[in-house]
Amino acid sequence: MSAAPETVSGPLITADGIPLKESLQKSLRRSKIRAALLVAPPLLFLIFLFVIPIGNMLTRSVDDKLINQVLPNTFEAFESWDKVSEPDESMFEAIYQDLKAADKTDIGKASVRMNYAKPGWRSLIKRTARRIKKMEPPYKEAFLKADDRWTDNEYWLSLGIMKDKRTLGYYLNAVDRTYDFDKNVIHVDEERKVYNLLWWRTIQVSIIVTLACLLLAYPVAYLLATLPMRIANLLMICVLMPFWTSLLVRIVAWMIMLQQNGVVNDTLVAAGILSDENRLAMMYNFNGTVIVMTQILLPFMILPIFSVMKTIPPSYMKAAQNLGATPTLAFIRVYMPQTIPGIGAGCILVFIVAIGYYITPELVGGKDGRLIGNMVAYHMQRSLNWGLAAAMGTILLIVILIFYWIYDKIIGIDNMKMG
Amino acid sequence: MALPIYATTGQRIWHYFYMAFCIFVLFFLVAPLVAVIPLSFTATPFLNFTPEMLSLDPDAFSVRWYKSLFGMCGDVEDVASTMCHNKWMTGAGRSLYYALISTVLATFLGTLAALGLSSEHMPAKRPIMALMISPLIVPLIITAAGMAFFFAKVNLSNTDAGIILAYTILGMPFVVITVTSTLVGFDRSLMRAGANLGGTPAYNFFKIQMPLIAPGMISGALFAFITAFDEIVIILFIGGPDQHTLPRQMWSGIRQEISPTILSAATILVLFSVVLLTTLELLRRRSERLRGITPH
Repeated sequence: MSAAPETVSGPLITADGIPLKESLQKSLRRSKIRAALLVAPPLLFLIFLFVIPIGNMLTRSVDDKLINQVLPNTFEAFESWDKVSEPDESMFEAIYQDLKAADKTDIGKASVRMNYAKPGWRSLIKRTARRIKKMEPPYKEAFLKADDRWTDNEYWLSLGIMKDKRTLGYYLNAVDRTYDFDKNVIHVDEERKVYNLLWWRTIQVSIIVTLACLLLAYPVAYLLATLPMRIANLLMICVLMPFWTSLLVRIVAWMIMLQQNGVVNDTLVAAGILSDENRLAMMYNFNGTVIVMTQILLPFMILPIFSVMKTIPPSYMKAAQNLGATPTLAFIRVYMPQTIPGIGAGCILVFIVAIGYYITPELVGGKDGRLIGNMVAYHMQRSLNWGLAAAMGTILLIVILIFYWIYDKIIGIDNMKMG
Repeated sequence: MALPIYATTGQRIWHYFYMAFCIFVLFFLVAPLVAVIPLSFTATPFLNFTPEMLSLDPDAFSVRWYKSLFGMCGDVEDVASTMCHNKWMTGAGRSLYYALISTVLATFLGTLAALGLSSEHMPAKRPIMALMISPLIVPLIITAAGMAFFFAKVNLSNTDAGIILAYTILGMPFVVITVTSTLVGFDRSLMRAGANLGGTPAYNFFKIQMPLIAPGMISGALFAFITAFDEIVIILFIGGPDQHTLPRQMWSGIRQEISPTILSAATILVLFSVVLLTTLELLRRRSERLRGITPH
């Protein structure tokens, strides 16, 4: 330190008379604040436009507030009902009050929600709401005149599923389960089971793609790491070019390769391996998704393995062989264990990216190549069952965050390299 | 990788098998992209190689799909004429506009974050870093869904501003990663030396630190640019009919009527990516030279 102490005893003093310790602390604090100030704008930007929107969406997966706001009296009347006898006049009066007071679009949204609990609610509410203005007591009679399904106790019983402001119903739906009217968890009907199959297929595709990438990437990474720099750089372009090309362009390219009259089939027929009638179906099915995803994600596997292999000195293998190991043994016992960090990084990366894929399966997957990401998109855009979309998204996100956390623990995010 | 002269037959066979395998994988990576290029010059409206094309008959080739791509509709008949109200060019313009602005924002914000996170005194470094990188990890479909709800609430859906902000979020992690890695070898005593010589912090930053991290900033910016330029998921969720970008045009091209016009667009994009890749490689070499890591 530059400030020399003037006396041997007493605290060290800087040139401007402040104790050295304090002065150092001050400067440390200052540099901490400076760093934090630099990080603050991007961090706030990210929190406002990324973290909060996603968090917000996730709350939709358990949210059941709207229906309770639209039909408060109905739920109150429902609570005092014995659940066995036929609904009486007071219950009809309650729902009459609610439907009369509520906003029309809110009723629409609520009826969609009610339809998830018991199919038929939507048309029932719609039909009744149309006549609500002209209704006069006794309401039970008026309701029954509007639609005789009001005598069906099942509709009333289904209110029990929706009476809480929070629900786990969407999560249950996302794994092919649902509530019965007493809020017990039951399996959905056999013919309506779709999601478990999709989850299973998504995991299956992700694992197959990860393993295929590993199998294809490892030898190539080894080749790139051991070739002289000049040639390796040239071959690296082959690895990086798909990485840099537009995703949609790559998909179009694969369509040309894999279609019925595509390059692969044409070549196989011309070579006499296939007969003209037996052209392979490689697209718009499970195979299409796997093939195209493997090619798209392969660079994510090659690059981390390559960068780990680069750091392994070739002398280790030579030393092992000098000590009497065969090349194969030396490779398996000495070289391979050192590449495990690269393998781990590549596998986790490919798996995380694969599990949330949407565009590729949508375009080349056909019916049996669709993944959970496609289901999220479907419920977001088509069926408008946002609660279910949010629940599936949340499950997906949790799985991915677990792997991301493992990745960070083992490899460290700051070691993530690009290009 | 050369085979030693004393290799046994078994080793030789293994070696050639290994080489063949590697060539197959590299071929698997590049072949589809290469196949697009000749096919984009087809004279037929179909997406497969005709026997005439394979025998290199000049009549089997034409530039009609390029004409239709660039909106010269005069001498192009049939299928192509539906493409004539040229959505390809306006789409490319839109994409360029979103990509450029969001890249500038992402580079600025990402560099700030990287500078802060590289400081040894930054509190909670690891979790913040993890958070800054997370837009790369979270599936686009989830990001898109979240933004779709949120942007609708704050009146940003179907606006250019909303899309630019969303793309900035996607681009930022790349800049954070690349700039952080150029800062790893940065010698902080240079900044102190600058301060000792009387430079203000801002002056020192622009004179000393900026030129050294510039390659990282540029390569991060390139990643951010290409991400925004290619982006398809978010635009499908938060873009209205006025936000018709190039990927969106390709998307509808693939889903509805797939014509070779899409191949001519794809060819141009492949060439574009080669240019970007070359730029990046040159930058990387420059950065290594500047930091004194000489390649062998």
